[in-house]
Amino acid sequence: MSTKASPPPIERRGTISRRTFLATSAAAGSALVVGLTLRSHFRHVASQAPQDPFDAWIRILPDGQTQLVLNKSEMGQGVFTALPMILAEEAEIDFSQVTVVQADNAEGTGGSGSVWEGYKPLRQAGAQVRELMIAAAARQWSVPATECRASKSRVIHAPSGHTLAYAALVRDARRLPLPDPNTVPLKGPKDFTLLGRSVPNLDIPDKVKGIARFGLDVRVPGMVYAVVAQCPYLRGDLVRFNVEAARAVPGVVDVFDIPTAPESANKNTREVAVIATNTWAAIQGRKALAVEWKAGKYQDESTESLTAQLRAGLDALEYWNSTNTTLNPDSVPAAKRIESVYEFPFLAHATMEPMNITVNLENGRCEIWAPTQDGEGTRESAAEFFGIDKREVTVHVTFIGGGFGRRFGEPYDHQAFQITRRMKRPVQLVWTREDDFTHDRYRPACMHRLRGGLDSAGNIVSWTDRICDTTIIGQNDPKQAQAYELGGAIDQPYPAQYFRMSYFPVDSGVTRGAWRGVEIAFNVFAVETFIDELANLTGQDPYLFRRRMLQNAEAHPQPARSNFDGSLADPKRTIDMLDVVTEKAGWGKPLGPNKGRGISCFYSKTTYLAQVAEVTVKDGSIHVDRVVTVVDPGRVINMNGIRAQIEGAILMGLSAALKERITVKNGMIQEQNFDGYDVLRIPDAPQLETYLVEGGRPPGGIGEPPLALIGPSVGNAIFAATGKRLRKLPFQLGCPPDGCSTNP
Amino acid sequence: MARFTFQINGRQETVDADSNMPLLWVLRDLLNMTGTKYGCGMGLCGACTVHIDGAAMRSCQTSLADAAGKPIVTIEGLAANGLHPVQEAWVAEQVPQCGYCQPGQIMSASALLAQKPHPTDAEINDVMSGNVCRCATYFRIRNAIHRAAAETHP
Repeated sequence: MSTKASPPPIERRGTISRRTFLATSAAAGSALVVGLTLRSHFRHVASQAPQDPFDAWIRILPDGQTQLVLNKSEMGQGVFTALPMILAEEAEIDFSQVTVVQADNAEGTGGSGSVWEGYKPLRQAGAQVRELMIAAAARQWSVPATECRASKSRVIHAPSGHTLAYAALVRDARRLPLPDPNTVPLKGPKDFTLLGRSVPNLDIPDKVKGIARFGLDVRVPGMVYAVVAQCPYLRGDLVRFNVEAARAVPGVVDVFDIPTAPESANKNTREVAVIATNTWAAIQGRKALAVEWKAGKYQDESTESLTAQLRAGLDALEYWNSTNTTLNPDSVPAAKRIESVYEFPFLAHATMEPMNITVNLENGRCEIWAPTQDGEGTRESAAEFFGIDKREVTVHVTFIGGGFGRRFGEPYDHQAFQITRRMKRPVQLVWTREDDFTHDRYRPACMHRLRGGLDSAGNIVSWTDRICDTTIIGQNDPKQAQAYELGGAIDQPYPAQYFRMSYFPVDSGVTRGAWRGVEIAFNVFAVETFIDELANLTGQDPYLFRRRMLQNAEAHPQPARSNFDGSLADPKRTIDMLDVVTEKAGWGKPLGPNKGRGISCFYSKTTYLAQVAEVTVKDGSIHVDRVVTVVDPGRVINMNGIRAQIEGAILMGLSAALKERITVKNGMIQEQNFDGYDVLRIPDAPQLETYLVEGGRPPGGIGEPPLALIGPSVGNAIFAATGKRLRKLPFQLGCPPDGCSTNP
Repeated sequence: MARFTFQINGRQETVDADSNMPLLWVLRDLLNMTGTKYGCGMGLCGACTVHIDGAAMRSCQTSLADAAGKPIVTIEGLAANGLHPVQEAWVAEQVPQCGYCQPGQIMSASALLAQKPHPTDAEINDVMSGNVCRCATYFRIRNAIHRAAAETHP
């Protein structure tokens, strides 16, 4: 295996264009066009049979310029650079001649899936292009295609010394049959010249100049700005508001109430729209409304009542389980036993660009500009709402000022549709920061209770995990909850002869949704903290204990866990990761007073990770000094982009571990802005050392998995520094000496 | 409503607006200068940072009346031609991910460097803690500020 310690120099290549499909399709008539399918797995499952088999296209224009028309959204994860790199590599196209074109109606970007899932189809389509060009050149020269090869947008016939540029072959290539994508030969990885290099992200120049256009930056002639007064009570309703006072605010154009979205958790209620000639006037108008609201059936909900529900759920009759035994693991003989409870709050996304959408409905056609992870979803709901054919709706996907699972449309799409239909002119709906914090789709609150038994030799005998969370899938009816939120827990890598996990969903008026990594961050926190506690119980080094348990797993294949069809991590590969990270971090070397190191490891979306964090706990505060992370993502596409994703995920995870929590009181979300909802800022950002160790597999998911490690790494380091075990997030040193939430 | 005249990026601009209207919305909605971002509206996140009289200010907390008559620089006017050294450092270090907060980060960092050509980590923390980046690009932001300092005043 090769270890790449420091980033290689950045290369400057390629260009980017945000011009729409329409603007470029004029030139496409004489282009070579190859279609491919990059639909995301979750979108594919969610939607009906797609009308068009293709949702991405490669266009080689007669001047040799290549356009990759992508159905993906760029929200900082670097897909507009990584995906064209894969194409350029396989098609033997000069990367500087590739332009990314944002497809309208881009659908389903999320789940760390763009590179992970797009790698194979992009390579196959690239190979189709390459083979077509070679075939066209071979015919022109009347030589066997096998004597030709392609490089840097040219076909070369070595025996004769002939070369032809792709540009000159487009006409002929268009007339040849397209090779079968399933059988077209792919390049051997040893022949890769572009993949794995550090390439600058193509969108960065526009972003530093302030000219990258986000959703809120859309300006359409004649446009008005709208804000909506939304009920502060969970599932409450509108009582009355002062129309005249709001209308009297200079700049306010109109004020009216609208029904809440049918797919909203708070459906069949009303809210108030204020429309003005600028955003500020709309906000001032909303203040003047003096709205009176009434509470709904969750009026007594509070953080305390939710905690009590979660705690009660630890002993409630389970909805679902996975086990490898018919026995109760808690009853089998063991030399030592422990039990720990871990607790996790609701989290807000707090994307830096607040929610927004711009809609224009004119002559039966609807044009939408949206920073969305699911343009196709917005398109479908617009068509349904306005009663027009989907083909009459175009969703221009803008740059997204932070996604993290937040940008899936509802309920702001519906608000904008309501307002646009009434205003009969272009409308930009803006959610203020307060709207965003109080009406998010929050990451679920959760509680884990882990029980473990060890034999006299210090091996794990039994492992019992009860997860209670405010389910996402079952939030309108907990009976519909499925075991969806178990990633990182059901597939934990440590062997136990008696393994059992069970799940109980908890009802809440708080709306829940996906959040970068969703469940893995809290599940892995519980698993990787508990394994540390087991190591400590028997006086073993936490690194060596993990290593020994994984060796056990390797030596004795574990009995299958029921209701689980995924794959467990390869224990040997996980051990490799632990070995590398401890070596890089200097595991075991003295650190000095008030300092400690913590370790964790994880496998997700075919990516392996291990991490060591160093902390200082002094004067009642926690400071993370250094974080060493080793990642085997399979193949690296863009070394620059993957590092950025790993660094960002680590620090966003650290933000959640140290700072973030949404609280509920009297049936209302309490945090309104960044004063109440604290997030990581630069003083708390540690030194990051990231090592990429390519394992020779295809690329795995990277946007989410690194987020899961930092909580347990830091918590375990705090324990090493202080002897104090913190089991509740965000960390608070003021918990009882034996830790928070232990042994209720 | 009243008429206000001010200097933005060396250009004279005149708007008719409420004197209480924050500069942020004057820029974004009246002048269509959308490089300056709305993030929180309360001076808590730094996304709306501009330079007024050379100092980094939160435009969401600066009323039109207070800004009138003073020279204002926004991200669009930070560099007369090409890129400002801070923007160049941001490209070299490949800082932005989603990019939404970065105009504010760059305006804060460029004001800091104008005051302190070689800021320490503590000085960086002090000034830049007012700017939130949710993609958490802080590691690269710090490196880019040191790079800009080294390249501007070697």
